[in-house]
Amino acid sequence: MHPQVSRRSLLLGALAAPGRARVIVARDPRLQSPGQGSGLNTGRLIALLDRAVPPENWRRVVRPGETVGLKVNCLAGKGISTHVALVEAICERLQQAGVSRRNIIIWDRLNSDLESAGFRISESRDRIRCFGNDTAGYEDELTVSGAAASMLSKTLTRLCDAIINLPVLKDHGIAGVTMALKNMFGAIHNPNKYHPNACDPYVADVYRMPAIQRKVRLTICDATTAQYEGGPSFMPHWTWPCNTLLVSEDPVALDTVGWQIIEQKRAEKGLKSLKSLKREPAYIATAARYGLGVNDLRRIDKIEV
Amino acid sequence: MDRRSFFLAAAAPCLAATADKDARFIVEARFYEKLPYKKIKCTLCPRECVIDDRERGYCGARENRGGIYYTLVHSRVVSAHVDPIEKKPLFHFLPGSLAFSLATAGCNVNCKMCQNWEISQVRPEQVPATYLPPSQAVDIARRSGSRSVAYTYSEPVIFYEYMCDTADAARKAGIKNCVITGGFIRPDPLKELCRRVDAIKVDLKAFSEKFYKEIVNGEMKPVLDALVLMRKLGVWSEIVYLVIPTLNDGDNEFRGLAKWVKSELGTDIPVHFTRFHPQYLLKNLPPTPVKTLERAKAIADAEGLSFVYIGNVPGHPGENTYCPKCRRPVVERIGFTVKAKRLRKGRCQYCQHPIAGIWEA
Repeated sequence: MHPQVSRRSLLLGALAAPGRARVIVARDPRLQSPGQGSGLNTGRLIALLDRAVPPENWRRVVRPGETVGLKVNCLAGKGISTHVALVEAICERLQQAGVSRRNIIIWDRLNSDLESAGFRISESRDRIRCFGNDTAGYEDELTVSGAAASMLSKTLTRLCDAIINLPVLKDHGIAGVTMALKNMFGAIHNPNKYHPNACDPYVADVYRMPAIQRKVRLTICDATTAQYEGGPSFMPHWTWPCNTLLVSEDPVALDTVGWQIIEQKRAEKGLKSLKSLKREPAYIATAARYGLGVNDLRRIDKIEV
Repeated sequence: MDRRSFFLAAAAPCLAATADKDARFIVEARFYEKLPYKKIKCTLCPRECVIDDRERGYCGARENRGGIYYTLVHSRVVSAHVDPIEKKPLFHFLPGSLAFSLATAGCNVNCKMCQNWEISQVRPEQVPATYLPPSQAVDIARRSGSRSVAYTYSEPVIFYEYMCDTADAARKAGIKNCVITGGFIRPDPLKELCRRVDAIKVDLKAFSEKFYKEIVNGEMKPVLDALVLMRKLGVWSEIVYLVIPTLNDGDNEFRGLAKWVKSELGTDIPVHFTRFHPQYLLKNLPPTPVKTLERAKAIADAEGLSFVYIGNVPGHPGENTYCPKCRRPVVERIGFTVKAKRLRKGRCQYCQHPIAGIWEA
């Protein structure tokens, strides 16, 4: 079943047409401004989130009683990771939708990565939990998918019923770009094995592992600060205040739109396109061929809010 | 007390010290180049990973931290046993002796037939480890009666610094060193390694780049180059070729391998054709028929190689070493056990023909 025609496609209040995908592009130029440092205006951030995903629609994403995992991306530390304030706002909306705080888990690969981005590790079951795969561990059995064979995080396989994918918008020196699809490398034990050939087809192979594909309900890409060159490490001189959230049920469409944003910024800064540098993110097209979503911009409805 | 019990008793103080966040495991890597913006290029293996800050290389055992590249597995042992040297297999290196055998987590390739994938295809923090610094490793080797330390099981190239430091300590203690490797290493670190070790067994996974690309996730040419360099530098070497049904078991491949070995390495380097058993990502294939191994041996024999063995078939006459001149068995083996040794000072007891190898410590 195509992600954009699933039962959850009511998220935006209307079904996408068959064969098409929707990506919400929510911008607020005053979310952060020069001189504010890395501080986001939290009130504006919450308002932006609510424009991107109206509060009443969260009940269409998750159900009370489900355990919801928030897969953040903290590899690059505080400079360019999923913002704590955004995650807190999403936790608030999930609770309003009936998900108990005990059933929310913020997770990434390593506790140290989470801490470096400002999250506090917590395994206590009476509050929102936050920990890395190094705490939860990995399954003993391999999951084989195309060219990828990996042990999956137990947070994904055993603890969570649903995943909200919360990547950032970044250039990636090997893969081209990193957003929704590649963020799921954080769910496997051996991402280091899957960077040859610009991560193609590995990113798509990992994402189509059933435990991932079936559980990810929604992607909210934190593009409040984005990076157009030098990733995945944080390179402050190549970041800009993009002041945007990208939201979609279709990870391929979201990555396609995000890639376009990176290319536009690169052109604006006089940098060569990723394609001409031979690091075009070919895995996005592979994911589309697998049926994970839409990568044809003519079939993606970008909805600016 | 059996060997495993001995090791566990000897290593008890070290086992108690296990701690996966221990800074003792983290040592600056010896082979890398610094690049702008805190990136580095690893120059240990032919992959030459370019690695961002806070990222790791393909092996998963080395990490860039603020523009300095570190091994995360120095003294971080995930597997240690006292093995017969025949298990490696090294047949022309101290036959009948014991080798204290060590491994850390990680590997610089990803073979679909890996028999140790639970330690080779994981990151160091994903498996329980023991802190075993070189001096203690050598002490255990000495107390267990091992005549060599073997760096093995996973891929010792990725624990290069630990291997070198342990090899230095072993040599000082009069213990030899042997390396069991895929041979996927760049020339400069290999030269440094060859100064420290006495024998290297190379797993030549196939004689085709296609196989290396599709099954190994590596390249063959750097491995062949490494074999040539080892011979040039005078380190005793043996080759193991795991014969996998339908993937690398063609007569032309066996012949091509034998011809290349003869022309580039000489006829006295042992070549072991060993039997595959289904595991990891190749569970769909059957074990290698013994007849295929016999065919491989016949082809290599016919091409003029002097020491061609059949492995993983206990009791097969292809496990024995035969004098190339008089054809009598000079070392008889069953599995990992040496049943008879008819050598005197490295020569055939019957005809005095020299038999290549390291026969005495």
